[in-house]
Formats: sequence, structure tokens, C-alpha cells
Amino acid sequence: MFSWELLLDAVVLGTMVGCFYAAVSIGLAISFGMLDVPNVTHPALLVLASYGAWLLGGFEIDPILAGLILMPLFFVLGIALYRVYHETFEKRGSQAAVRGLAFFFGITFIIEVGIIMAFGVDQRTVQAFYIGKSIEILEIRIPMRMIAAFVMALLLSGVLALYFNRTFLGRAIRAVAQDEEALRLMGADPVRIKQWAFGIATAVAALAGALLIIVQPVEPTLDRAYIGRTFCVVVMAGLGSMSGTLVAGIILGVAETIVLTMFGASWAPAISFTLLLIILGVRPQGLFGR
Amino acid sequence: MSDPLLSVSGVSKRFGGFTALQDISLEIRAGERFGLIGPNGSGKTTLINCISGVLRNDGGSIRFAGRELGGLSAHQRTRRGIARSFQVPRPFRSMTVLENLLVALDYAVIGHGLSAREADAEAMAILGKIGLAEKAEALSAQLSQVELRKMELARAMAARPKLLISDEAMAGLAGAEIDEVLDTLFKLNAEGITVIMIEHIMQAVMRFSQRVMCLDAGRVICEGAPQAVMDDKRVQEAYLGA
Amino acid sequence: MRSVPFLIGAAVFLTAAVTAAFVVRNEYVFFAGFVILQFIVLATAWNILGGYAGYVNFGTSAFVGVGIYTAVAVFKYAGAPLYLQMLAAAAVGAALGLGVGLLTLRLRGIFFSIATVAVTIIAETLITNWKFVGGATGVQLLRPPPTAPFESYIKMLFVVVAVLVVIAVALARYIQLSGVGRGLRAVRDDEVAAECSGVPTLKLKLLACAISGALMSAAGAPAAMYLQFADPVSAFNLNYSVSALAMSLIGGTAHWIGPVLGAILLATTQQFLTVTISSEVNVLVLGVMLVLFVVGAPDGIIGLAKRAWQRWGRR
Repeated sequence: MFSWELLLDAVVLGTMVGCFYAAVSIGLAISFGMLDVPNVTHPALLVLASYGAWLLGGFEIDPILAGLILMPLFFVLGIALYRVYHETFEKRGSQAAVRGLAFFFGITFIIEVGIIMAFGVDQRTVQAFYIGKSIEILEIRIPMRMIAAFVMALLLSGVLALYFNRTFLGRAIRAVAQDEEALRLMGADPVRIKQWAFGIATAVAALAGALLIIVQPVEPTLDRAYIGRTFCVVVMAGLGSMSGTLVAGIILGVAETIVLTMFGASWAPAISFTLLLIILGVRPQGLFGR
Repeated sequence: MSDPLLSVSGVSKRFGGFTALQDISLEIRAGERFGLIGPNGSGKTTLINCISGVLRNDGGSIRFAGRELGGLSAHQRTRRGIARSFQVPRPFRSMTVLENLLVALDYAVIGHGLSAREADAEAMAILGKIGLAEKAEALSAQLSQVELRKMELARAMAARPKLLISDEAMAGLAGAEIDEVLDTLFKLNAEGITVIMIEHIMQAVMRFSQRVMCLDAGRVICEGAPQAVMDDKRVQEAYLGA
Repeated sequence: MRSVPFLIGAAVFLTAAVTAAFVVRNEYVFFAGFVILQFIVLATAWNILGGYAGYVNFGTSAFVGVGIYTAVAVFKYAGAPLYLQMLAAAAVGAALGLGVGLLTLRLRGIFFSIATVAVTIIAETLITNWKFVGGATGVQLLRPPPTAPFESYIKMLFVVVAVLVVIAVALARYIQLSGVGRGLRAVRDDEVAAECSGVPTLKLKLLACAISGALMSAAGAPAAMYLQFADPVSAFNLNYSVSALAMSLIGGTAHWIGPVLGAILLATTQQFLTVTISSEVNVLVLGVMLVLFVVGAPDGIIGLAKRAWQRWGRR
């Protein structure tokens, strides 16, 4: 079974897949990692965006472009979600995270069923010039759609890293993640900053959802497979670190691809969760955490 | 002279690279009133967290009533007679004041087989002594600051301690309220309970303590009679931050 | 004695269940009733850890799935009868509860919840790869004839789960009223203060995990014979986790009656909807009710009732 070539294949492909995992996790890295909101709805939002891209695909719109079109819409949706969460849970204080978790699970179910009722349970795919073809690099066949996702993932995390390090609002968001009180003393309103950040997190999920339907066919309950992956990446990265998210995504991607090639697809779902459990047990602050 | 009730020797505590306590030693006799002072961040709360078992000390040993405490969890230490209050009160919010005390009576008083009625009676007696009897059925989440402080002391009492550690039980209280809490602590001490008082309010420490120790940056800088410690130059420097 | 009304209630409930099994002809009643009773057990069991101790377990599905597959395994291996399947499932569930507890109880809040989701998926993956119990495709089971005096297997299952309901609710009620319940509430309110008041927090949490896990797996076990089929995807379905939690939150977590009320309300609605509309609507109702209650009535039906009672009393 084992051969070095297979392993190399797995590492190269796994890195690509991993960057994609990082891309779909970045929104959660912001909402859960930075803002401490137990946003289990994130994967469902990804799938929702995938269906958006699929709908727009019906008008011959390129999926990536569709993702960009969906971003403002999701930004507003994110702000609305955060407002409800803040008003009903954060403000009341006690057990906010726990009840909030139940709340977001409820929203997840509503989105799942909403998609089923609107579009049925069939798998959906999109068309684009880079889907379905593959190229050979170093004698390894790599599907073009993976490369598209890979490039977009790098761009996305690069842009966000710049945003959080270089812009005023970006730095304010990082500050709110670390010390809300200090920010309040400086005269900024932490709630408005968090709301803005949650909007960004959700908008990023829109683009990531478009990548999702580029990489694989989507169905209404696909989000469940991504609960483990996204939370694994975010927790492994150490809450809220952008570069950490990229590295953690790659670790997960490579691990999944290796297990996939050596033991078969039926073991794949457990990989992310096993990694997650190990990290929670050994190093809860994540690999790159404070 | 008899063995000390509590003896701490060479205790250290580090958080990552930061040394919160370095080589602390102290001995407290049964029945003593002991004051622990020091500026913010000097390690007072860390020290009592190590004594009560909330934190594990990295080096040194802590003995209580002749037995080594190392390896015992906080609840085991409580059962051996170390009770404490918290700097920021930590009531069981979903419970009434009486129930808060019953938790300690249920769990800390082991081997006496208290019936529910006996436990109720003892809890009411403690509340009476501390002046909270009329609040017994009130929800602890609805208490005022001074009532919360008193309830914490009452809950610590319900564990039938030999040693009571009061962590800034007077912080944020005003004149008359400070006297009330101080009175309570004197009363408890008169019943034979050893008391360690951590306090920022110097008047209170001076009035209460027979002996005072001052910590600064995780080290003992001075120990002795209250007035002598107050007059010590190192103590004054520590507080003035010179 | 304050237990008398409860005992009478339990006796009346059991008598009604048994009588129904011999009087009612329509088998569908028992098909639906089984599911409702099963959810009462699940919600009640969930509440012992999630409600009393405040550790929100998203792994109900893991315990249900493990219960189902324990039943499948002992049935396939030794032809064990139903009650033995359930006992075995309870034992495995308790062991799993202890294991999960030891592994994850150091984690607070949401990290504990995420870890329990992880346990679910890992358990499901292990079962998917276990060929003896059918792997991913699942396994057909041929149920034996019902034990006398029952005339049909489904009625027998119904009565057995009714007994389990009484056991689960009695246990939950006992825990709530005893010192253990007070200790668990102390853990939920403030774990450090609980330790410093002498509460052996880890021991209590492990106890809650084990009892809760045993009940969940025992409640899952009869589902194997109920469906005469088991497959990993439905046995470990996340809906069990969210339902058990939703029912407890909707009913109210502070009192044993809360999960019972929540389960009756939600499971009955779902059974009704499954028949009249579709099973998707089920999940929708679950989601909508969960959101409505956590937003609008954080203390559940009990909280609403209490407030209504107080307002009525003031008049």
C-alpha cells in the first residue's frame, strides 16, 4: 500500500485541500476565534452561499464572481445574526455561550431545512472553465478547481491578514478580541466593532461557500461534515490567528488526504475530530495561540 | 510550644515565565489572627490559592494540622478544615442564601451524618451569628455587596473550618460595613478559629492582626508585629512603589 | 412524604401504558408512542449532566448510537433478549460516559460541547468501519417473537420503554432532590467555589456523565429491534443530540419535570408532523422552537409557568 510517491501525492494534494479548509474556516476564525461567538451556523452559511452560487450559476455567472456578489448580502445577514445574538445572549450574561450554542444550532437546522424545501435534497454542482480539467505539476495530476480554490484561499487569508494588521478597524477588531474594556475606555463601542467583524466573518463565508461548490458537489446537509473541519482548524490555529489558520488547515488537509489514501474514505470524517480532541486535550490554546 | 496549625515552607508558583511566588515560608499557630498584606499583584491571592488547593504550588511544601497537603484537591483540603472566601464573591447564584450554606454543610462536614433538619438548624445558627438570618430565603444573586461578603464568610463557616482565609472581605465596603465584617471575624476567632486576613484596608489589618506579613513581587519582605511591619521602610517603599 | 404524589403518578403512568398495550388495537399508536417515550428518557438523561451540572452535551447521538450498536452486537453474537440488550447498552453507555467525562470535563463551556460532538463523529466512524455490525450499509435484524403476555413486539417495546421512562425520571428526580443535585448545581453555578466548599466536583461530574450516558444508551438500544435495522448514519444522527438538548431547554432545566414536558411537547408535535407533512418539517420545527425558546423564554416552560403563577398570585 505504502509508497513514497503516494505520500508525496498526498502531501501536495493535501496542502491544496488544506488551503481550501483554511479558506472555509477563516470566517469562523473571526466569529468564534476572535469574537468568542459560538457560531456553529458557520458551516450552514457556507452551504447556503454555495446554493447562492449555484442559483447565480443558472445565469451563467462564474462561481467566484457569484461569491463576490453574495458578500454584501451575507455581510448584512451577519450583522443581523450578531444583533440578535448580542441582544438576547451576550447582554443577559449568564450562560451566554451555552444558550448561544443552542441558538446557532437551531438556526443551522432552519437553514438546512430551508434549503431542502427550496431546492430538494439533490447534489448541486456549478460550471466554470476551470472545473473538470486538471493539470500536471511535477508528475502529479492536480484538478484545476483545487488550484482555483487554493489561489483564492491564499488571497483571502492574505487580504484579511493585511486588514487585521494594517487598517484601523482591523486593529480595533483584534483589540476587541483581547480586551474589550480597554477599547471601551478609549471611547470605541465594542459592540459595534464586533458587529462589523461578524459581518465580515459572514461575508467571507459567502466567498468560501462559492469555493466549496467549486471543490465539491453540495447537498443541504453538507454543513455537518464541515462542523468538525472548521472547528478543528480554528481551535488548532489558536483562536483568531490568520496565518495559524492557514497552517492548521494544511495540517488537517494533509492528514485527511493521507488517511484517505492509506485507509479509505470511510475513516476520513473522524480525522478532523480526532485532531480536535487531541488538541483540546493537550494544548487547548492551539498550536499558535497566546 | 505546640506544632503550628499551618506551615508553609519554600513555596513557589510560576505562570509560564512569570514567577508569582518565590520561596515563601510562614507558620501560623492555632487560634492566631494573621494579616497578609502587600500591593496589588504581590502574590497574596496566589499564595492562598496554593494553600486552599485552587492552584498547585510548584515547589515547597504546605502542611496543615500536622499533615502534608501536597496532592490533595481543594475539596479535600476544605474537608480537613481550610475554608476561604473569595476576593470577588462567588455565590451559587441559582440558590438561596440558606442553600449556599447547605452545600458546604452537605459536602465539607463529612462523617458527622447531619440530618437535613440538623443541617438547616446549623446553617440558620451561622446566619444568625453573621446577621444574615432574615435573608436566608433570598436568592443569593439578589444580595447587596456587603451581604454577599457576609454570605461568603457564612458559607466558609458552614464547612466547620479550623482555618478561615478571608480574601479582602472588606473590599468596596464603607466604614460601618467594615466594622460589621471585622466584628464577625473577631467573633469567629473567639470561637477558636484561626484566621488569615488579606486586606488592603490598613486600619482593619492593624486592628485585627496579632501578626502581619507583607509580600511584594512574590517574596516575603517583612513579618512581625503589626506596628513594626507598618513602620518598616521596605513595606512603605513597596506600597509607594519607590 | 413528598414522594407519594410522584409514586402515584408513576404507578398511574405505568398502568396506563400496560393497559393500552392490551386494549388499543391500532399498532401505529405504539410506533409513535415508542418514539415519544424514548425522547422523554433522552431529554431526562441529558438534563442530569446538561441541566443540573451545566455541561452542555452535544453527544446524545453518540450514546444513542452506541446503545443501538451494543444491542445489535449482543443480539447478533449471542441472540441476547431485549432486556439484556438494554442492560448491556446501559453498561457500555455508562463506561463511555465515564471515558468521555475523564477526557473532556476539564474543558469548560463550549469546548466541552464541541468535544462531545467530536466523540459522536469518532464513534460513528468506528462503527462504520466495523464489519461485524454491517459497516456503512447497515444491518438487517430479524426480531424474535414477542415474549408472552405481549401479542406484538411493538407493544412490548412500548411497555419496556415506559418502564425505562419511570426509571429515568425517578433517578433524575432523586438526584435533583438529594445532596448530589445540590452539589451539581453548585458545580454549574461556580466550580471553584464548589470545590472550596468541599464538593468533589470531578467525582460528581463523572457520576452525572455515567448515569446520563447509561440512560441514553439504554434508551437507544430498543431502537434496533424497533426498526429491525441499524445503520451508522441514522443511529448517530445529530438530531438526537439537538432534540435532547432542545427538549430540556424548552421544558426548563431546573426541574426534572422540564425535560419531560419538553419531550412530550416536541416529540408529539414531530410525530404528528411526520405523518401529516414530512420528516423535514420535523427538523424545521425543532430548529424554530429551539430558537424561539432560547431567545424568548430562557427558563423554558417551567419559567413561563412560574411567571404566570406569580402574576396570577399577585392579583
